[in-house]
Amino acid sequence: MNPSSPHQRLAKILPPLLVIAAIVIVWWQVVLRSESAIFPTPWQVLTGAWELAEDGTLWEHISASLLRVGIGFGLAMLVAIPLGLWMGWVGGAYRTFNPIFQMLRPISPIAWIPLAILWFGVGDVSPIFLIFISSVFPMIVQTTSGVHTIERRYLRAAANFGVSRTVLFRRVVIPAVLPEIIVGMRIGIGVAWLVVVAAEMIALRSGLGYLIMDSRNAGNRYDLVIASMIIIGVIGLLLDGATRLLERLKTVKWRYVR
Amino acid sequence: MSAKQANQHKIVVSDIKKNFGSAQGALPVIGGVSFTVDDGEFVAIVGPSGCGKSTLMNIIAGFEQPDSGSVRVDGTAQRGPSPKGIVISQHGSVFPWLTVQQNLMFGLNDAEHGARHDERAALADHYAAMVGLKGFEASYPHELSGGMLKRAELARAFVVKPEILYMDEPFSALDALMNMRMRTELLRILAEERHTVLLITHDVEEAIYMADRILVLSPRPTTIQASFQVRLPHPRKLASPEAQALREAILRELGL
Repeated sequence: MNPSSPHQRLAKILPPLLVIAAIVIVWWQVVLRSESAIFPTPWQVLTGAWELAEDGTLWEHISASLLRVGIGFGLAMLVAIPLGLWMGWVGGAYRTFNPIFQMLRPISPIAWIPLAILWFGVGDVSPIFLIFISSVFPMIVQTTSGVHTIERRYLRAAANFGVSRTVLFRRVVIPAVLPEIIVGMRIGIGVAWLVVVAAEMIALRSGLGYLIMDSRNAGNRYDLVIASMIIIGVIGLLLDGATRLLERLKTVKWRYVR
Repeated sequence: MSAKQANQHKIVVSDIKKNFGSAQGALPVIGGVSFTVDDGEFVAIVGPSGCGKSTLMNIIAGFEQPDSGSVRVDGTAQRGPSPKGIVISQHGSVFPWLTVQQNLMFGLNDAEHGARHDERAALADHYAAMVGLKGFEASYPHELSGGMLKRAELARAFVVKPEILYMDEPFSALDALMNMRMRTELLRILAEERHTVLLITHDVEEAIYMADRILVLSPRPTTIQASFQVRLPHPRKLASPEAQALREAILRELGL
């Protein structure tokens, strides 16, 4: 929060940069000394990635993955937030639905792949479905617990001022739960990104997961495999950073400052 | 601010009893409490900790129902909380996701306080200024100090013009200096806007400084053990012989 001098900022980013540099050097040395015919050097990874970026296929794969995550995650939000609010507010709804959601939640989304292929075939719908499944449960659980942990003094104050149910929901319940919803979104987008790559490895023609499998199958292009992995990592970091920006909203900041 | 002569009492509490249920059986908390509060009167209730003061306040303000007995406000039975009587509690309930102005406007509605947003905002700002929060209307609660937060809570209550203020240890989370400052502040505002006040506190001096009448509660199951009229002019000096004598009499009732 404090305005930091360029010197302090350098002191902060230097150690992680050194770690990355050390990994690259060790990797490079190991590949050179072992004279591996298949495993690429960092330079080969870089040129491989450049090749893909230049002919445009990289962007196609990235946007295909992001689109699937966007749709699957968006649908999950549309379902999870109202459902979570309802389950949090209405005790009967919680008792009815919570056990089944708690049971479905620990099932790895990967386990749904056979069913996804059975129901939706091989296409765009299957990965979207898998992303939906993976991110909807954490967001439901987080939203519900957000409602359950609203401090009673705020609900009492609202009752004291005699506001309508609409105002109670709009001005008290939803803003009180919003920080938890954002936490749920961060968890949800994290698993969604994990799952899209896994889902795309199963027989599709685009996406970063497909790129990894295709690079391996089409002549052991491990330089492209590793380039894709790095790109996936960087995009995952950016997605998390983007949801983190939501935590800076004035109306939710109270939850994170103390 | 002496008790006004009134044909009808503002609040009539008659023979309230309340047990807390447990597996072993009911634990009696309130064992028959009766008293009245007149319109415009400031009544303080002091009692040992854990004697059920807050439960009593919750019942009177309408948040809980007694097992037997009744609470009548202006002659009608208390059925639930309403803006007619606003509760100010120890930890406060200023909404952290709203600005000071939005908090003050929370209890305002189109029908009573003006259909236009800027009318209501002006009303809110008037009360913000009254409690000394001018210039902080756009601040969020986490940007305010404990004392300012308490001022915001008072202003949010005053802006809806409640007839009664129910204050449950309102200033005990503040430091001693701020606590004393807020007492003076509250009395200043009450001199401008007449309210009936019911204050629950464990702080005998706070009660003597502000109240017209002080009721002393017994340990659980609590009943009213003694009642003291405070006939000292404002601003009161706690070090005065009269105030000290009263303090000792009350502490004696509390077994100290």
